[in-house]
This record gives sequence, C-alpha cells and structure tokens, in this order.
Amino acid sequence: MAPTELTRMTAAELAGAIASGETSAVDVTQAHLNRIEAVDGRVHAFLHVAPEAAVAAAGAVDARRAAGEPLGPLAGVPLVLKDLFTTTDMPTTCGSRILEGWRPPYDATITTRLRRAGIVILGKANMDEFAMGSSTENSAFGPSHNPWDLSRVPGGSSGGSSAAVTAFEAPLGLGTDTGGSIRQPAAVCGIVGTKPTYGGSSRYGVVAFASSLDTPGPLARTVLDAALLHEVISGHDPCDSTSIDAPVPPVVAAARQADVSGLRVGVVAELGGEGYQPGVLARFTEAVELLESLGAKVTEVSCPHFTYALPAYYLIAPSECSSNLARFDGMRYGLRVGDDGTRSAEEVMSLTRAAGFGAEVKRRIMLGTYALSSGYYDAYYGKAQQVRTLIARDFDAAFEQVDVLVSPTTPTTAFAIGERTDDPISMYLADLCTIPSDLAGNAAISVPCGLAPDDGLPVGLQVMAPVLADDRLYRVAAAVEAALDQRRGHPLLDDAKGLKGAGKVGGDD
Amino acid sequence: MTELVAELADYDDAVARYEPVIGLETHVELGTVTKMFCGCSTVFGAEPNSLVCPVCLGLPGSLPVANRTAIEYTIRIGLALNCSIASWCRFARKNYFYPDMPKDFQISQYDEPLCTDGWLDVTVDENVVRVGIERVHLEEDTGKSLHIGGATGRIHGADYSLVDYNRAGIPLVEVVTKPVPGTGAFAPVVARAYVTELRDLLRSLGVSDVRMEEGSLRCDVNTSIAPRGSGTWGTRTETKNVNSLRSIERAVRFEIERQAAVLDGGGRVVQETRHFQEDTGTTTAGRSKEEAQDYRYFPEPDLVPVAPSPEWVEQIRASLPEFPAARRARLQREWGLSELDMAALQNAGALDLVAETVAAGAPPDQARNWWLGELSRRANEVGTDLTTLPVTPAQVARVSELVASGALNAKLARQVLDGVLAGEGSPDEIVAARGLAIVSDDGALLAAIDQAIAANPEVAETIRSGKTAAAGVLIGAVMKATRGQADAGRARELILERVTEPS
Repeated sequence: MAPTELTRMTAAELAGAIASGETSAVDVTQAHLNRIEAVDGRVHAFLHVAPEAAVAAAGAVDARRAAGEPLGPLAGVPLVLKDLFTTTDMPTTCGSRILEGWRPPYDATITTRLRRAGIVILGKANMDEFAMGSSTENSAFGPSHNPWDLSRVPGGSSGGSSAAVTAFEAPLGLGTDTGGSIRQPAAVCGIVGTKPTYGGSSRYGVVAFASSLDTPGPLARTVLDAALLHEVISGHDPCDSTSIDAPVPPVVAAARQADVSGLRVGVVAELGGEGYQPGVLARFTEAVELLESLGAKVTEVSCPHFTYALPAYYLIAPSECSSNLARFDGMRYGLRVGDDGTRSAEEVMSLTRAAGFGAEVKRRIMLGTYALSSGYYDAYYGKAQQVRTLIARDFDAAFEQVDVLVSPTTPTTAFAIGERTDDPISMYLADLCTIPSDLAGNAAISVPCGLAPDDGLPVGLQVMAPVLADDRLYRVAAAVEAALDQRRGHPLLDDAKGLKGAGKVGGDD
Repeated sequence: MTELVAELADYDDAVARYEPVIGLETHVELGTVTKMFCGCSTVFGAEPNSLVCPVCLGLPGSLPVANRTAIEYTIRIGLALNCSIASWCRFARKNYFYPDMPKDFQISQYDEPLCTDGWLDVTVDENVVRVGIERVHLEEDTGKSLHIGGATGRIHGADYSLVDYNRAGIPLVEVVTKPVPGTGAFAPVVARAYVTELRDLLRSLGVSDVRMEEGSLRCDVNTSIAPRGSGTWGTRTETKNVNSLRSIERAVRFEIERQAAVLDGGGRVVQETRHFQEDTGTTTAGRSKEEAQDYRYFPEPDLVPVAPSPEWVEQIRASLPEFPAARRARLQREWGLSELDMAALQNAGALDLVAETVAAGAPPDQARNWWLGELSRRANEVGTDLTTLPVTPAQVARVSELVASGALNAKLARQVLDGVLAGEGSPDEIVAARGLAIVSDDGALLAAIDQAIAANPEVAETIRSGKTAAAGVLIGAVMKATRGQADAGRARELILERVTEPS
C-alpha cells in the first residue's frame, strides 16, 4: 500500500490490514514517521519522536503475527502520547523547562497497556505546561499549530496530540482532560476526543495537574477508533486508588451500533446563547436537529449551577496543582538552578522554580496557594467543593430526565495564536462547556459537527453521559458522524487546508 | 543566633508556686512489612536509598495506595487507647517544602483522624493518672537528612546535606494526648510514665518494635505553667524529638524550671518549638509561633476515604491481646506480690523475663530471685540490662528445675549460669561438660564423711551426745572435700547414721 494511503487510513483499518498481512506494522510506522518528518516542522505536534523505538515495537508486532500469535484490535497501530505519560524509553517533560530531559524510571499504567496491546508509540506530544492551558501556547517549547489553519491554535492542553492526529502524523493520540483538555482540542481540530468517566482510565504515571479531575482519554479521527483506544486504556488499576473496579462500559459495541432511536437527549439550557460564536451555535443547532431526525427525543434541560462551574474549577484545580507541583524543587530530578555551593536548599528550590515554571503555571500555583491558606480555605476551596457537589446534583437530576446531555464543546472555533495570551480569563472561557463534566466526574465526548459558516473552522458537539455510561457517548457520536459523513460525501478532515501542499514537501500527500 | 543561657528557678520552689500542664505527641513507626503507600520494605538499617520506588520517592506521576495493615494497626492502637474509631475519614496533605520530603507534602490526617477521644491510665507511686487521648492518626514518615560539617548536626551551619529516603513512606502513627493538668511536682514523672506505658502497650499490640534509640518511637513534649490557683493555663512550649524516657522527664523538668524563671523575672513565655539537648539536659529555642508555617491542609485527592466497617473494627477489637496494666495486675495476683515487689520487678525491666521464666516452668519466686538477684548482679557487673544478657528465660527455668530436683545446689547453679553467660551451651550441656552434678552416690560420700569424722572426732562426739545441729560442721568439711558437689541432704543423713553406728 502507498505510504499516503497508510497515513490516511483509520486505526481500525490499519489494524485490519496489518492483521490480514496486506501491510506490515513496520511499513505503517515508517509511513507515519515520514509524515512527521514532512509536516511536523510546521505543525510542531511532537516534542520527541522515537523512530527507533517505534520501528522496533512495530517489528515485534510483525514478528508476533508471523508466529501466529493472536493480536489485539489495535496491534501495530501508531499513536502519539501526550508528554505527561511516563515512558522509560523517552523523556517526559510535561511541556516544562523544569522537567526538560527527564527520563522516568517507570512506565505509566497506560503506557504499559499500550505496549501490551502492540500499539506503536511514535513519540511524545506537545502540550500546555503541566496541562495548564487551552492552546499549547503555554508549552515551554513553543506552540503547536492547527492543521486547519497554521496561524491558529490546535486547542489545549492536549493540543500536540490533537494536531498530530489531525495532520495525519498519527491515527491515534492520548491526552488528559482536566477542564476540557481532550474535548476542546478535539473540537477545534475537527476530530474525536473522549473524557472517560473519572477513574475509568488509570492516572498512575500521568504527571498530575489536578488529581481529582485528571482523566486520560483517547483522541482519534473516527468515533470507532476512539472507542477502540478507550477500551485498551480502560479498566481497574490497583496502583491508582481512585481507579474504578468495575467492568469497562461496552464502548466499541456502542460505536458500531451508532443508533440513537428512542434515546432521550437533553440540550443544556445554560451552555449556549450570549458569548457563543454564531457559527458554532448554528452547527450545534443543526446537530441537535440531526439527532431528532435520527429518532432521538430532544428536550431542553436546565442545569442551573453550571454557571458557577468555571469559578469553582479555577479554585479546585489550582489548589490541587499548588500541592502537586511542589515536588518540582530541583532536589531530586529535573532542572536545578543556583546550586553553586553558597546557597541553601531553600534558595536553590526557589531559584529553580522561578526559572523552571512558566507564567501560567506560576499564576495557578499562586492562586491555589492562596485558596488553601489558613483563613481563606472555607471561603474558597471549601465553597468551591460545595459548588462541585451542586453541579454533580444538577447532572443527577438531568439524567433522571434524559439519557445524554448535549452542548457545543467550545464557545468558539480555534482562535489565533497570540490572540488570548495576554488575557487569561478569555483563555479560561474556552473550557466553559467542558468543565462541568470534569467537576462531576462523568463521561463526555466531542465529535465534529461540521464547519462554522462564519470562519470555516471545525465545530465540536459535546455529548455528556452519566458516570460509567461511557458507551452512550459512542452511540450518539457514531450516529452523528455517520450521518454527517454521508451528507458531506467525504470525511471532514479532507477539507482541512492548513497543510495543503505538504505532500510536495514530504512526498506523500 | 545565640541564646543566653536560660535562667532557671529551683524546681521544688517552682512547682510550689506554679501548676504545670503537660501534653505529649508521640510518633510511632508501625512494624508493617511494607511502607504506607507502596510495596517497599520497612527494614531498618539498609544501605541508604536502597528501599525506594517511584511512589515513596514521590516521582512525577506516581500515586499512593494505602496499606491496609497500617490502617488495621492504627485501629488496634485506637481501640487499646479506648478511642472511638471513625466510620469514615480521609487523609490530608500537609504542605511544606523540605528536601527530605519527596513530594514536598506529607500525607497525613488533619481534621478527620481515624481514632479520637480515648484515655490511658498511668500509675505513678501507686496513684493512677488518667491521661486523655485527643487523637490517633496515621501518616507517612519523611526521609532522613544528615547534615555534614555543622557543629549542631542541624541544617544551619552545615557544609552539605545527605538525604536517605529509605524511611520516607514508612507508616507513622501519631498519638496526641489532651493537656494533662493537676500532676504538680510529678509532671515530669507522669510524662515519662505515660510514654513508658504507651510503649509497653504498643509492644503488646505487636504493631511496632517501639525502639526509641532507632527512632521508631519519638516524642514531642508540650509544657506550660501557670501560677497556682490562677485558674488559667500558661503559654506552652513544644520540645521536639525527646528520644529517651529519661530525656522526657528531664525535658519537662527543665522547661518548668526555665518557664518559672521567665515568669518570676516578669517575662512572658514565648509559644515556640524548642530543641532538647541530650548532653546538657537543656532545651533551646527553635521556631516561634509567629514564624509558624501555614500547612495548607486539604483532603488528599489521590486516596479514597478510609471507611472501616463496624464488623472489621469488632474483629480487630476481639483480637486485642491482654494489655500490660491488666497483665501486671493478673501476674501480681498470681505471684502473690506486693505493689512494691511489682514495682521493683518493673523498674528492673524484669517483668517479661520473669513471666517467660514462669511460663517455662519455674516457680514464680524462684524466677524472680534469679532475675532480680544473681542475674541483675551480673548485668550490673558488665553494665548492660537484663534483656541483653545472653541467657534466656527457658535456660533460667531449667537451672531452677535442676536445683528443685536436687541435681544442683545453689553454688553449682551459679556455675552453670556462668557457663550459659559464657556461651558454653545449654544448662544440661554445661552440667555434663563441667561435671557439675551433685554427688549423692553413697560410696563416694561415705569416703569423704569418714575422713571428716576422723579429722573432727570431737564434733562426732557432740553429735552423738544429741546435738545433731553440729552435723553442719561435718557437712561443711564434706562439701569442701567434694568441691561443693555433694548432696548436702544425703550427706547429713549419712553423717548421722555413721556417727551413731556402733563401731
């Protein structure tokens, strides 16, 4: 098969072709390494590419196939890992100077599960520093670019992963969602991204931003691919106390079912209207109508406390991060500044943190330190936790009326690089619709629902389901995807113009 | 920073005018096989940084998983201290920066301790003092810093520091007392007695090896004083890391004397952390309350709440052993001892040894005599304590048995113990090897007796005249001739027969 064809195929198709012997895992990996070589200079999705390790892992899959061993459903398929999953054979930087070059001595549980499944890790993806941001502009190593328009952001914090998948550098990506960091980049890149139920995917070896919110999840170009990856990374992990010991919801079967007839769909009244880009609202409204035409029963549902989700999030997440990021003190690993023999340990810690962390990380550490301080705890952190409970109750009440909730994933399409860097609040608003599910811990997905008529950029439809009902997300998303692809006549990403001509550079497009 | 040598008040005068209030915070390293939140070993004394993993090193991405046995041990301690056990509680993060803390926060418990509101009775001079227990909570230990090049061994003034993370993550239980008022001049003794009682209790529970010298039991002592009759409590100081029983008593005594002098001089006691100096028995100022850190406690989001079921708690309660106080009372009754006898046993550290000797078959009075008499003397001679003498209760019981059966007399028994202490083997092996069995063979004895009679005809005559007590002189001669190995009872019988026999 031609290399171009290989990079354009879905993960499910690639796995099938490898299993049947139509192609080899090594050829698939090489095609993607070539694509990275060709386009990543412009996309900057990767912080680290590991050609040798990738080819070796692919070779092992081919050998297993040759030996007649059974292969998993994604064996031989390449993937890009957000640079906060620990990997023994690659650095793990979290997009931060403070961890530049750090090589972990252990693999994250998810890294181990990927390797066992025969998935080929191509490298590590760029991200906002310690997953704090919505654009990758907070990466210490420069922003990634949106393949739809290279002057725009690919979203964040898992923006490197979303950009790589969108640019056909990898069919699969892994990210983490704390306030929307999978769904928002998926939405603005026109791909699929899932935040599983909190505790459904292991956090062991995922460098923490906010422990009670961080949720690893898949990014892919199709709903089925996302479901296949979702299944591989899910399931109880005894190394993560917050990991749920329950069967993985049948997400792959649901993605294949792609049927919403009779499903009760609630439109969240609070997530729309003023402040939302008209083109986003237009596509969202069409998507809701589409669901109705496919047999879903649509009603409007009110979740009154969602209004307070963003401020509550910006107390809880910074509070946890102020503690989680304390360990980066230059004493044991990573950057160390000022250790000239004259300074105390405290001075070295202080200098290291001043030099090693970027502005947004420092801002959140300060916010969190303040919110947890004696005398302020009840008013800030305590109050935010109460709001969190109210938001979870809003979800509980809503899910008594409907099976899933829907909203736009983001209020706007991809914004321009540099547009919001001077205004943290406007940056924070990118996660307005995604934060409630992080606070409540339930499952949510973003699936493309077309291009905004006002700027021609992708719009995401967010579907939210109750805790451990992740399969419902895939039923809805797959139905929307199938109907829109059919209506359009070709996959959405064929319309992505940012890398037009990339084929001439790389010779494979 | 230099501190003027503290002025001290006379102790008796101080406690006559001021009422001390004490409080103790005791840290106990639990004797679990693995650490609190990972599978690393808790063995003491291993090569530095050899018992570590991503979790106890706090590496990015690592997560804690609570050790169920540590939670069980904490509940055991709580139940033994008459506490209520929380049906639901959480760990909390205590945030502060220090190089020996891998995550720069400590996983501890804050406002939701596992055990609350109990008590421990402590006996001082036949008076029982009930020490209230505020809380018992579970946390992880920190690593251990070694500061090289400074005069004090503390970080200030050191050239460089080394950190050993083997200790990081070892489960640590903190037992906090309520303030203990009303002990007057006995406050230092009560403090010491409390820690002793707590140590014995913890040992009986099998939850810790409670070795103060290895740091598995560590104490912070709070002391305050207020003018007698004032109805108020004074400002307290917290003396950190007072790490022997004797030091606890000294630290409280010193603080009472120091604080009394401060108040007498019109000054005010500063609420501060103080350090105990082993060499001088004094305390020196540390961090004051005004500089105290804000630990920014919040519930540990990486761990699920601890919710011990009532069934589990009852199971643990049912498995509790006999506590030291109850055991002491029982043994005292069984052995028929006075309070004074019992106190003597305890002060000599011989209670367990005697109990084990009795358990091995020796009569209680014999067991007590051996340990408090001969063996205490030997321990004194070599400057050690009874528990470290190289003789086991079973061996002492065997010697006692040999004496009771007449196979050994007191003198021979001491020689057998000499052999045991010298590592020559078991009592029976030493009896055989040294040929220490009593001579009760009539033939061998008669030869010695006839010799004795022949050498002391006037004594034989006295016996013949009816004064049989004089036989003692001849027994002495026989013993001398047999180098102490003669069966004195049998010798006496034979002597009486021999002198009255018609010749």
